[in-house]
Amino acid sequence: MLNLILRRLLVAIPVLVIVASITFFLVRLAPGGPFDSEKVVSPQVLKNLNEVYNLNAPVSEQYFDYMVNALQGDFGPSFRYPGRSVSEMILTGLPVTLELAMYAVLFATILGLIAGITAAVKKNTFLDYFPMAIAMLGICMPTFLLGPLLLLLFGIELELLPVSGWDDLPGDKVLPAITLGAAYAAYIARLARGGMLETLNQDYIRTARAKGLSEFKVVMVHAVRGGLIPVIAFMGPAIAGLIGGSFVVETIFQIPGLGRFYVEAAFNRDYTMILGTTIFFSALIIFFNLLSDIAIALFNPQARSS
Amino acid sequence: MHIANGSEPQGLDPHIVTGVPEHRLITSLCEGLVITNPKGGPNLPGAAESWDISDDGLVYTFHLQPLAKWSNGEEVTAEDFVWSWMRILTPSLGSQYPDMLYYVKNAAAYHTGEINDFSLVGIKALNSKTLEVTLEQPYSFFLKILSHYSTYAVPKNVVLGHGTIDDRNGAWTRPGNFVCNGPMQLKSWELNKSIVAEKNPYYWDAEKVTLNEMHFYPIVNESTEDRMFRAGQLHATYSVPQEKCPVYIKENNPNLRIDPYVGVYFYRINTQNPVLKDKRIRQALAYSIDREKIVKRVSQCGQSPADSFTPPGIDGYFPDTQIPFDPELAAQLFKEAGFPAGEGFPKLEILFNTQEGHRKIALAVQQMWQKYLGIEVELVNTDWKVYLSREMVGDFQISRAGWIGDYEDPNTFLDLMRPNRGNNKTGWENEKYDELIIKANAQSNQENRYAVLREAEKLLIDEMPVLPIYIYVRQFLLSTDVKGWDPNPTDTHHPKFITLER
Amino acid sequence: MEASNSIWAESLYRLKQNKLAVISGFVLVFLIVLAVCAPLIAPHSYSYQNLELGAVAPNATYWLGTDTLGRDQLSRILYGARVSLLVGFVATAVALIIGVSWGIVAGFFGGRIDATMMRVVDVLYGLPFIIFIILLMVIFGRNIWLLFIAIGAVEWLTMARIVRGQVLTLRNQEFVLASQALGIGNISLFFRHILPNILGTIAVYATLTIPQVMLLEAFLSFLGLGVQPPMSSWGTLIRYGVESMEEFPWMLIFPGLIFTVTLFCLNFFGDGLRDALDPKSN
Repeated sequence: MLNLILRRLLVAIPVLVIVASITFFLVRLAPGGPFDSEKVVSPQVLKNLNEVYNLNAPVSEQYFDYMVNALQGDFGPSFRYPGRSVSEMILTGLPVTLELAMYAVLFATILGLIAGITAAVKKNTFLDYFPMAIAMLGICMPTFLLGPLLLLLFGIELELLPVSGWDDLPGDKVLPAITLGAAYAAYIARLARGGMLETLNQDYIRTARAKGLSEFKVVMVHAVRGGLIPVIAFMGPAIAGLIGGSFVVETIFQIPGLGRFYVEAAFNRDYTMILGTTIFFSALIIFFNLLSDIAIALFNPQARSS
Repeated sequence: MHIANGSEPQGLDPHIVTGVPEHRLITSLCEGLVITNPKGGPNLPGAAESWDISDDGLVYTFHLQPLAKWSNGEEVTAEDFVWSWMRILTPSLGSQYPDMLYYVKNAAAYHTGEINDFSLVGIKALNSKTLEVTLEQPYSFFLKILSHYSTYAVPKNVVLGHGTIDDRNGAWTRPGNFVCNGPMQLKSWELNKSIVAEKNPYYWDAEKVTLNEMHFYPIVNESTEDRMFRAGQLHATYSVPQEKCPVYIKENNPNLRIDPYVGVYFYRINTQNPVLKDKRIRQALAYSIDREKIVKRVSQCGQSPADSFTPPGIDGYFPDTQIPFDPELAAQLFKEAGFPAGEGFPKLEILFNTQEGHRKIALAVQQMWQKYLGIEVELVNTDWKVYLSREMVGDFQISRAGWIGDYEDPNTFLDLMRPNRGNNKTGWENEKYDELIIKANAQSNQENRYAVLREAEKLLIDEMPVLPIYIYVRQFLLSTDVKGWDPNPTDTHHPKFITLER
Repeated sequence: MEASNSIWAESLYRLKQNKLAVISGFVLVFLIVLAVCAPLIAPHSYSYQNLELGAVAPNATYWLGTDTLGRDQLSRILYGARVSLLVGFVATAVALIIGVSWGIVAGFFGGRIDATMMRVVDVLYGLPFIIFIILLMVIFGRNIWLLFIAIGAVEWLTMARIVRGQVLTLRNQEFVLASQALGIGNISLFFRHILPNILGTIAVYATLTIPQVMLLEAFLSFLGLGVQPPMSSWGTLIRYGVESMEEFPWMLIFPGLIFTVTLFCLNFFGDGLRDALDPKSN
């Protein structure tokens, strides 16, 4: 176990360095710099600005400086928001996105598990087809379609929930969490169902039943574990996807999270912000993948070798 | 009061920021020598109580408000203004607006490094409450310029307490450190969430200020802010979603405000391009755009079709130019220029930054040019920064553009098209035009000046290096509880004139 | 050889039993036909704007209504099908080529080659591809081929893993070992024993990747980064629809509906294929 963790962490560092490097050069390649604006500045002023941010130095020097600083945790000042450092901005937006993702995951897992387990147990009945069909719908509807629809229904027509904001009005976290989590609820439901069905066919289940254990116990105690494994394995990629999905949800619901910062930074060529956010997201994804692998290993020692 | 304020502001330093959302914030938190009249027209006293202008129009003597104080209780002095102007003219600060002060004697020379002694620049503190400014020429619109935030003062001691004079990333603008002399003061700033300003008790006219707090929300998505307004979460939006505007107009929505704005939407023509060099082609392109239709059917928000480059009515200036919609004349011009019915005319490219509004207009223009001139047009959209960099190096044929005036005077538009102006970007360098503008600037009498400017405008419209399409309006939703938010060309709303009914 | 044939026959039979999958299959074929024939059957131009008209609700001339620029929605949806499906298929093909080759090489040779190749996949899994794609599209946005490659580059990882797993399992099966003992060479082994048996899996996951890809493209279009107009994909149409959903709901309903239905069918058909090939998974 310790071996696994150590190995992963060792791999993570070069990965992050590669990610940072790719992003660094990609962004530098882009036409349009951080100080291009509609009201053109004189070349003099531009030179001064570039001077302040060390943009006049040769690219390799900038790269080296940046990497050294980054390794110490200093991601530099934001180009677009003078006076603010990237770390500071990330630290403002990160908790919001994480919280959103957490609620979405919670919603997705609970709903997904309930639906998936029920469907597996009541296989080939209405309680199987119906949730699975809804699940399919969740997968097939893009977030930016579902979000506005929910908003229209609950926010405007029924006026039950606020249409935007985060932490401003009671209940304003509900719609964003549901919108973000919907597709994942669907995946989890399907995975849980699949996993459980496979488990339910196993010999030891039949043994348990033969021994006289109640159906409820058979399902809840034994079979469920089989259903959980694929779900846990899914968590890693799920978090990665959630972060991507958060861009859209944060835009629709006006949430001050990291996703929105990132898209804006890309559009504004805020070099340091782009780099900082990319590194952060990568680190997050690696971290959650690691967690999910650990969880799998805990639940099912056989899976460790794959 | 809850206000939607467009995108997240870059910052609060009046000498560094450049955008419109910042303009709103800074004009609430700080005050210049003069303030914009909420109903338009000559500026009103701000940090300066009164001023004298010398007979030759070159020397302005400002008498500062005796009670003017910074929000930390210290007096606002003339030295603060001198120091502040030195700051914005300090090259290493990298301000993007130093040219606002270039009208002051030797200011440009100091900024470009020709001289190093700031005492040679035409601003002096005669005593702690009297400021003397000397101009390069008797610019009669100088007072207008002073309402722009780049000319505001910043508290020297506070700024120096958190960094050097040219430190862009100094911490003096943080909540808790920020000090300024406006009717409101900064209470809190949560990134991407809200900026809260509260009443500044030290403001010299504090008794007139009735607003307790102003909350500014950075909401980029127009549909979102529209919904928030209708849900009662906002008093004022920043704009109106394009699809909703005609609906609101039709239903006579009492919250809809469409105010004239000092801006023009136009297409830049790259006059260095071999075909576009010919004035007749440019005119033909202009005459075959049905501006009425675009305004009525595409933008649909009460804009007015443009007949000139400078929006008419700015401080009493009315250009007497006309841009007719005359497809026959256009076709005729094309024939004369050697391209009858568009034959042999190369494909034209319209460049714009990715945004639905721009695309729709470009699509309409594309169709019109195809129909009336028989030419083929390609639409190229890129993201904002790429678009800017292409425009800057002249890598375009026709490019969509918009220009918002910095102050309420036609000079801010006509100056744009002079040769060697970085913002010209069309390659059109007309000596005669330049002479006219210089001549106008030397006139201290408004009538005479406007007469010369009108001549310049006529020349501009005849040469057509730019294709004006419509005059901007500010469209937004305003709660009926808000009073004193009057329409004025620069859309400046000083908090002391605003009251909330509930 | 015998084993393969009857597997196919059995699978086909099972597939036919799954009514939902069959229906989905037919719907898909119908959609593809519509998309291919769009230039022939579209009643109006997809780009001509009738500014005077503006947005009108569905009526006799415009069966699905028009958008705010007066463009016929039906035609736009038909052409949108071309774009969305094209992106779906081509990007999936890219993912397929990369992923399948990778997986086959890793699974077939096993040992250290496998370990290294799979390690690379693991590492790549940890990258925030969405971020790279957004960056790429922002910078180099206008190129549709870039879009294909970028999207394909994100989706190949899963394909590689699955194919590799299959190949590994097959390679260790008895009939393969037996063939090897008989002295049959690697290439022959590959083409006669392994490939036919993984075709099914490839088909299944390809079918399941297409909707993923289409969602990704729609997502990019929503952010304004996907396929650039005048060729509007369904994602772009949905985006416009969302903007106007209160005033002109038909601008959202029809594109949204057809997009969801298409993805639905793709997923059901893919599921059906998977169940048909490997009944135990159901």
